[in-house]
Amino acid sequence: MEKPIEKWLGKINELTIGATTQEGGTRRKVVKVGGENTLPFLHFEGKIINPPVVAIEVWDREPENWPETLKEEFKNCFKNPVDWAKKSVEEWGMDLICLRLFSTHPDAQDTSPKEAAKTVEEILKNVDIPLIITGSGYVQKDGEVMLEVAQVAKGENLLLGIAVQENYKTMVASCLSGGHSLIAETPIDLNLAKQLNILISDMGFPSERIVIHHATGGLGYGLEYTYSVIERTKLAGLGGDKMLSQPMINFVGQEAWRAKEAKVSEEEMPILGKQKERAIFWEAITAVAFLNAGTDILVMNHPKAIKLVKEAIKELMTV
Amino acid sequence: MFIIGERINGMFKDVARAIKEKDKKFIQDLALKQIEKGANALDVNVGTAVDEPVSAMEWLVKTITEVTDVSLAIDTTKLNVMEKGLEFCKSKPIINSSSADEEKLNALIPLAKKYNASLIGLTISRKGIPSDANSRLELAINILTKWQENGMNIEDLYIDAVILPVKVAQAQCVEVLETIRQIKLLSQPPPKTILGLSNVSQGTKYRSLINRTYLAMAISAGLDTAILDPLDEELMKVIHTSEILLNKTVYCDSYLKGCKK
Repeated sequence: MEKPIEKWLGKINELTIGATTQEGGTRRKVVKVGGENTLPFLHFEGKIINPPVVAIEVWDREPENWPETLKEEFKNCFKNPVDWAKKSVEEWGMDLICLRLFSTHPDAQDTSPKEAAKTVEEILKNVDIPLIITGSGYVQKDGEVMLEVAQVAKGENLLLGIAVQENYKTMVASCLSGGHSLIAETPIDLNLAKQLNILISDMGFPSERIVIHHATGGLGYGLEYTYSVIERTKLAGLGGDKMLSQPMINFVGQEAWRAKEAKVSEEEMPILGKQKERAIFWEAITAVAFLNAGTDILVMNHPKAIKLVKEAIKELMTV
Repeated sequence: MFIIGERINGMFKDVARAIKEKDKKFIQDLALKQIEKGANALDVNVGTAVDEPVSAMEWLVKTITEVTDVSLAIDTTKLNVMEKGLEFCKSKPIINSSSADEEKLNALIPLAKKYNASLIGLTISRKGIPSDANSRLELAINILTKWQENGMNIEDLYIDAVILPVKVAQAQCVEVLETIRQIKLLSQPPPKTILGLSNVSQGTKYRSLINRTYLAMAISAGLDTAILDPLDEELMKVIHTSEILLNKTVYCDSYLKGCKK
């Protein structure tokens, strides 16, 4: 039987996160994503020049809603995000961190943009790998926070976010002035994602510096719908649509650990088995589903789940 | 859709003047403007008024390739002018064009091979332009067979079903649409289909309207490529909208803006 090989007109944009000293930043190495001209792991059809990457979440405050099984991994990290970041590099061998400035939320500590920027500065000083940085999801405040963050990280070529319909103008201005890339988020809808990318690039922001985020559900909570939207985005990008040929990011950890299957104890539901192992697998399996759908950057929580997923990526990338 | 800009043609008075006076800037601006508006390749025709078509073609191709590396469609009936144009192309050139006559194909296919060029084959023979879809298709088959016999890649072949002015041959418009439909069924993969669009409105009062209406119909019938005026904004909007309606590109409210990126 002949393999049905598809010849794609387009390819996914290649994006570099981070800048070394020679490139005007202070990172030891950079992370590259995208650049493929075929669907996930179809090595017989095209070239996948960069494997998908995993970033570990580092919070600037204690995550109150995390289940104990997840929290216990980070016991000594919650006082200072710098410790968390350092541990991620030194102990868990991460090469990408996703710093989440959740303390800036008005309902949390309401940290000021200047203070948040200071945290970023400290982390940049203490770890030498590239960062993805998001605000708290409080749309208006995120814009103000990123204005400061973009400036203290100028030249580091980071990936900032998250831009949505309501705040993309300030987010774009921040990224333009600081020389960073931008995560653009829409609610699981191909047409809306394209629209936001057009609006963003219409402001003079290069479409090659956008990363698409289809706001999503976790495994068991609407993942199958997101899966299809991610796949369709990749197909459109490979088909030559410049406004949908961006790499994609998914915040896997936050979705997986929100699920009942990860949170509920064995005592409450004996049928689900041991919570600790089950939860780690729940996060890892969710991540692998996203990998197969076409996600380029996975943001995850549990170091053990991350380890499993990195092994899976290695295997999937073996030609 | 693959768009070949038609404006660098000596039949246009402004281009004829630029060729005569060796006005590089005018030609280069016209090339870049067409690309900016959406042309993927540019047609290059020295026209009939020049005394030295060979050197005029060389000058035109050199002038254009100084500012862009998009493909050029060398548009001439003279073999020596064709070869001179192909010689100076920097990206994969397009031979525009050959009739379905054997001697014409025998002369041009070796050139296509030599310069790794695509070829536009017209469904015309020395007997003239056929009056219906079936006779056009016969000629298309002749071209396709000859092309494949020579070991050429089918994806590099464009078949032009030759549209005539609606004012002169109204009944032909529908025959050409049917030919396009049938060409797509000739082989797997099929050859590409192409039209020199502006011919349909030659001598009419509402040129732009007729061009864009016919283009929408032809795209729907399976047209892959057109030689047209990309500076006609309404025409370009019709292309982008047709691609949305045929589910070839993803809809969003600003899709017209997105096409220009």
